[in-house]
Amino acid sequence: MALLQISEPGQSPEPHRHRFAVGIDLGTTNSLVAAVRNGISVVLNGHDGHALLPSIVRYLRDGRTLVGREAEAEQARDPRNTIVSVKRFMGRGLKDVTHAENSPYDFLDSPGMVQIRTVAGVKSPVEVSAEILKTLRTRAEESLLGNSGGELAGAVITVPAYFDDAQRQATKDAGKLAGLNVLRLLNEPTAAAIAYGLDNAAEGIYAVYDLGGGTFDISILKLSKGVFEVMATHGDAALGGDDFDHRLFCWAVEQAKLAPLSSEDTRLLLTKSRAAKEFLTANAEARISATLASGETVDVTVTQKEFQDMTRPLVAKTLGPSRKALRDARLDWSEVKGVVMVGGATRMPHVQQAVAELSGQTPLNNLDPDKVVALGAAIQANVLAGNKASGDDWLLLDVIPLSLGIETMGGLADRIIPRNSTIPVARAQEFTTYKDGQTAMSIHVVQGERELVSDCRSLARFELRGIPPMVAGAARIRVTFQVDADGLLSVSARESTTGVEAAIAVKPSYGLTDEQITQMLRDSFDHAKDDVHLRALKEQQVEGGRMLEATEAALREDADLLSAEESAVLRSELDSLRKTLSCTDHRTIKSGIERVNRASEAFAGRRMDRSIKRALAGRKVESL
Amino acid sequence: MAVDLNQTHFELFGLPVRFTVDAAALEARFHELQREVHPDRFAAAADTERRVSMQLATRVNEAYQTLKSPLRRAVYILQLRGVDPEFETNTAMPPEFLMEQMSWRERIEAGSEKPESLLRLQAGLRDESRKIYEALHAQLDQDRDDEAASQTTRVLMFYEKLAEEIDDKLAELET
Repeated sequence: MALLQISEPGQSPEPHRHRFAVGIDLGTTNSLVAAVRNGISVVLNGHDGHALLPSIVRYLRDGRTLVGREAEAEQARDPRNTIVSVKRFMGRGLKDVTHAENSPYDFLDSPGMVQIRTVAGVKSPVEVSAEILKTLRTRAEESLLGNSGGELAGAVITVPAYFDDAQRQATKDAGKLAGLNVLRLLNEPTAAAIAYGLDNAAEGIYAVYDLGGGTFDISILKLSKGVFEVMATHGDAALGGDDFDHRLFCWAVEQAKLAPLSSEDTRLLLTKSRAAKEFLTANAEARISATLASGETVDVTVTQKEFQDMTRPLVAKTLGPSRKALRDARLDWSEVKGVVMVGGATRMPHVQQAVAELSGQTPLNNLDPDKVVALGAAIQANVLAGNKASGDDWLLLDVIPLSLGIETMGGLADRIIPRNSTIPVARAQEFTTYKDGQTAMSIHVVQGERELVSDCRSLARFELRGIPPMVAGAARIRVTFQVDADGLLSVSARESTTGVEAAIAVKPSYGLTDEQITQMLRDSFDHAKDDVHLRALKEQQVEGGRMLEATEAALREDADLLSAEESAVLRSELDSLRKTLSCTDHRTIKSGIERVNRASEAFAGRRMDRSIKRALAGRKVESL
Repeated sequence: MAVDLNQTHFELFGLPVRFTVDAAALEARFHELQREVHPDRFAAAADTERRVSMQLATRVNEAYQTLKSPLRRAVYILQLRGVDPEFETNTAMPPEFLMEQMSWRERIEAGSEKPESLLRLQAGLRDESRKIYEALHAQLDQDRDDEAASQTTRVLMFYEKLAEEIDDKLAELET
């Protein structure tokens, strides 16, 4: 740990140590990492002096991987092995990938998530994203920890608010694969609202319009007395600046009357189209000129008006979701105090104009649209890691963007958790058997707003086994669907008449199983060097240390909640755990952690109770 | 679990069991409670505390949603009083009420292409519901006539359905 870190007593659970945590904006086009330093959220630059890391990964035959600008430089020469905009493939099957025909990649349609064949083998979008995250992790470690050999306390990774469960899970998996302790998945517009709100001491209703490289989100938030409450969110997880590039690319191909292009030429012309799009933000016309590998030359000029006309349908696609979000929040534009613009694509003048017309007000552009998400994520990461400073006493209440449902008779989706529910949220649903002696049943969970299951996204199929045999209709199986603060779903089931915990076999329709992640960890180049066991050991040591620290801090605060006997049991478990930390078998540490977990369960409950009582202190229950 | 999950929503929020709720006080209490239990407060804590925090934050959200919605609040109060409004089975409603519902439905259907007529219907429906909620307030808080309140609650469920339908239609028009 750096010696220069000084924090006020009482600001963190251990005043002598600042835990560095980072906020990562894992973007479609660019990614960034930010951290709170000396109380201020700053974006960290790479060796090249740039904050923005192009979200591009190139796989080489010799097993090396290039990330960022180095990968970008060769994208037109080696398009098949240079993966751009991988975020669009996260948690997606091949059929969901737009413009797959113009994509240079050798896709492999595997169950769950699409994969890409490269010279370095088949890569999942999770692995590609992990490469980007690893680069940012290294950048952060060098910048924040120097040569101290310390570790980051954790990271908050941002996701589009409209990402579904599969896309969120894939992002979290990528974080784990990159060796990050993912403290939270944070919705991008919410991250922007934190940065904006804290910066401007904003109060009232705000809309965040976030048009990034590949995703669009609109969130309506209520900011009051340090509470950031998301009222509604909507969006399009497959709409962004990329689509504007693509539209211009198609136009150029048409104008220049080009024959179908090779992958190399496609990538070249797409890059030129993007540059032209960016140039048009401040200029009346832009030239797209290139010499293709085929020897053909392209030289076309596009005016701002032409570009705006051809991409107007894309801008229009953001307006419907914006209205819907407002309707879900039961608000009118006149009640919205400001529209915060986020994402590089909002620089386009016709996007600004459309938002101004829709909302009847001038959009707010006083924050760098590329950086605000990472800055907000860093502020939250800092608080989550336990570096609470005065003024950090704000609360974030976010929502689930899409309804969760289960398949019922006739392929219909039965909504169990409606969209825009504040998370964490849970719903229990009771099921029964329809045959005598039935011991298993399957449940299909979907996400989306449509009535037909086939129009929703399939999240998982659950098989409930071990139901005690009874006559048809007698069993009462209570299935609980829990969405946590990351917006991720988990399911548990219990047969209520006998109390038998039904076994659940989860087969995610998208996302990865734990085994797949372990396999990837094993396969990944970085970890091939160090032993998988060593890594597991290290993880358990960190977890065990964290557990000791947290429990001891809790004991210092609330020891009076335990009887002498309970306290002795817990302390002795803590002692044994401390002893196991130096052992070399990760399973021993793990079981030590589990024992402390069990021994502290009641304690944790009582502490939470005390917190609630404190919150209600001075208030009386007036009746009954 | 040591946390008292048997508290009623009203107890959790430190509020009297009454249909009339001060919305501002309810929200303030919601924020106070979440400030204490939200998972963001425990991101660096041990597993057990993280789990308890999620359960409690879930519980606080659930209680808030129930108390915030007048309809859900009414149903909840009736349940606390041991009255099961039997929404699933007891759907027998007076014929004249059902006729009126049909008429609403027809008007919504007829106006489904025109946002302005939908908005008019929405406003009409809101006025109508407001009156019924006033009646419900009297039945629950003053007269303590749980049977009448159950019937009124059932009526309001029909109105809620109609409101949803209008919402859906308006949303469709925007796509």
